[in-house]
Amino acid sequence: MEVYRTSAALSTPPRPSRLAIRMSETSNLAADTTRRIFGDFGDPQALARAGNEDLRASLWRALEEAGLTRAWVPESLGGAGASLADGFELLRVAGGFAVAVPLAETLLAGWLLAQSGIEVPEGALTAAPARAADRLAIDGAGRISGSARAVPFARDAAHVALVARRGDRAVVALVARARCGLEPSESQAGEPRDMLTFDAVPALALAEARPGLDEERLLAMGAAARAAQISGALEAILERSATYAGERVAFARPIAKFQAVQHALARLASETAAALAAAGSAADALDGGEAPAEALFLEVAGAKIRAGEAAGAGAAIAHQVHGAIGFSAEHPLHRYTQRLWAWRDDFGGEAEWAARLGRMLAARGADALWPLIASR
Amino acid sequence: MTTPIRFDPIRLPPALQALRAEVRAFLAAEIDAGAFDPDAAGTARGYNLEFSRRVGARGWIGMTWPRKYGGGERSYLERYVVTEEMSAASAPVRAHFVADRQSGPILLKYATERIKAEVLPRIVRGECCFCIGMSEPGSGSDLFAARTRAVNSNAGWRVYGTKVWTTEAHHSDYMIGLFRTSPPAKDDRRHGLTQFLVDMKWPGIKVNPIVDMTGRHDFNEVVFDDVVVPDEYRLGETDLAWRQATSELAYERSGPERFLETSYVLFDLVRVLGEKPDLRGAEGLGRLAAQLHVLRRMSVSVAGMLEQGKEPVLEASIVKDLGTVWEQALPARARDLAAFAEKDSLFEQRLAYATNIAPKLTLQGGTSEVLRGIIARGLGLR
Repeated sequence: MEVYRTSAALSTPPRPSRLAIRMSETSNLAADTTRRIFGDFGDPQALARAGNEDLRASLWRALEEAGLTRAWVPESLGGAGASLADGFELLRVAGGFAVAVPLAETLLAGWLLAQSGIEVPEGALTAAPARAADRLAIDGAGRISGSARAVPFARDAAHVALVARRGDRAVVALVARARCGLEPSESQAGEPRDMLTFDAVPALALAEARPGLDEERLLAMGAAARAAQISGALEAILERSATYAGERVAFARPIAKFQAVQHALARLASETAAALAAAGSAADALDGGEAPAEALFLEVAGAKIRAGEAAGAGAAIAHQVHGAIGFSAEHPLHRYTQRLWAWRDDFGGEAEWAARLGRMLAARGADALWPLIASR
Repeated sequence: MTTPIRFDPIRLPPALQALRAEVRAFLAAEIDAGAFDPDAAGTARGYNLEFSRRVGARGWIGMTWPRKYGGGERSYLERYVVTEEMSAASAPVRAHFVADRQSGPILLKYATERIKAEVLPRIVRGECCFCIGMSEPGSGSDLFAARTRAVNSNAGWRVYGTKVWTTEAHHSDYMIGLFRTSPPAKDDRRHGLTQFLVDMKWPGIKVNPIVDMTGRHDFNEVVFDDVVVPDEYRLGETDLAWRQATSELAYERSGPERFLETSYVLFDLVRVLGEKPDLRGAEGLGRLAAQLHVLRRMSVSVAGMLEQGKEPVLEASIVKDLGTVWEQALPARARDLAAFAEKDSLFEQRLAYATNIAPKLTLQGGTSEVLRGIIARGLGLR
């Protein structure tokens, strides 16, 4: 299949960025295509306004047509066959546009299914469970039971890819979302985070999970995806804040000339840099596949914790720099900051990951901490 | 305008784990032999010429420098491994570390061939201690306010003035000093400063101790009273020192020593929390470890970019600002998290020391405020 193709409708070049904060010089076709498509469609205000569901739908179609929604599905299964690292980079770019589309969720579900050799259906997908404590069960006849909280974009997804337990073995399954019970709930940004209930829902396809693939791994991939999106959204609010500070005049000069504002923006840049480094490192570690389990856990937990902290600190600075206008519904800043807040919670918040990481490190003992940190 | 901030996800090559094992074995043997007491942690981190000689004998000083001056022509990442292991172990590196990190590279770039051939091999052997003559009583963060004069004469440059907060000056063989050779230009106050290599044994130099609030004598005041510095000892162009400073800052600012100075407190915290900490302890420990992990990834990334010949000055400033703020906050965090744990006197003593030195961590080598100014400039705000 032809992937990442350019259509005439999508050929408008993106607005040049004032601040090009990049993890890597390596040009990434998936990320570039993502940037172009969102640049054309993804004005967060226009998309968010009532009556613009059509625009959101056409954005989604463009992402699908370019093959981006199936970035992590190998070509043999009809996908784009992008590396994990390229996919996370794509999500970083998408995070900079703060648009309510289930791109990360569809990527994640496609990855989960493809890992298990299950054909990936058309359309928007989501994956479950999305909380560390949630577990689903599957019986001998392939029927799934249990519940999964805070499943992102569940109501918009035609299908759900999930991990369920048969005894102590993990099974990957695909179900039609319409067969599941759905209790609607929203994130801080107003995006769907629905509870799905499974009452002997029949699997459309299932496969025993390969070794190492389980609920934990799905959670880790989700956490790394959110860290990537957070880093992209922080880049966006850094650029918006720096630009705004250069334009807004108070006390007869642009507020960017005040040292207090400069230092606030410097801290926002540092938090953005930390999120980029954390998310980029976790993406690289997941992509490489050679990191030992505990080192990989440190990478993923470290990324979700640090990116989550950066999201909170960064959003606060961006609002302070923007003043009252940034608090208005009219200004797009909250499209980013509300998502930053929401993304902190998805697939485990900072405190949850930190407690798990802390327990692991404590059990290993004081002498093992530095060797783990310095292991790669 | 475009100002890239980049942190490539760089890994240390697996082959470097052999070097790491060598350094750890060396440090374990040093501790066994009584060269330094790891339990003294912060206070062990001092001047120990014999230790530095043995580090030099291993080839771990001047690792990246050319062989012709005794260097190892090894990579910045290899040097990184040695530096971070020494820092995490609180090893007494003061006799060689400044020369290894910044003075040697400056000499390599700006010194005459004769001086390079004479001084660099001595640094590499761990027998030559350097100090940095930047701050003055009226000039700290504002380097361009330096007033110590170097006046050109037939005999050479004659230096008058006072440097202050000069770490290890009382042990140093040499200083690299920043002196005023011309008045500042009307349109550019950075103009008029020149760097010199100064032999601390030259007549007219007086070193007066300054005891810090922990009771230690690391700092000094260095008074120059008509000290004659031959022109051969000038480093770089007269009056244009400000142009030379930038790339050196990347080495100085982003290393692992910039966030590991109080790291023993974290290791102690793991010990006193025990194998099964309560939720509060576990969560707090997890956050600290995550923050340290990310700082290290950022710092390794800068080392990797230096290895590729880049000058990640902005990134280095970000690492130092985040890193020093973190290591400064660490003692207070550890105190809080250990509040309900069974503490031992080792923990209490080392925490007390770390708490005491915390204020200096965001001052030394460029204050947080100066760093944020540099970052803001990188963002195009100044």
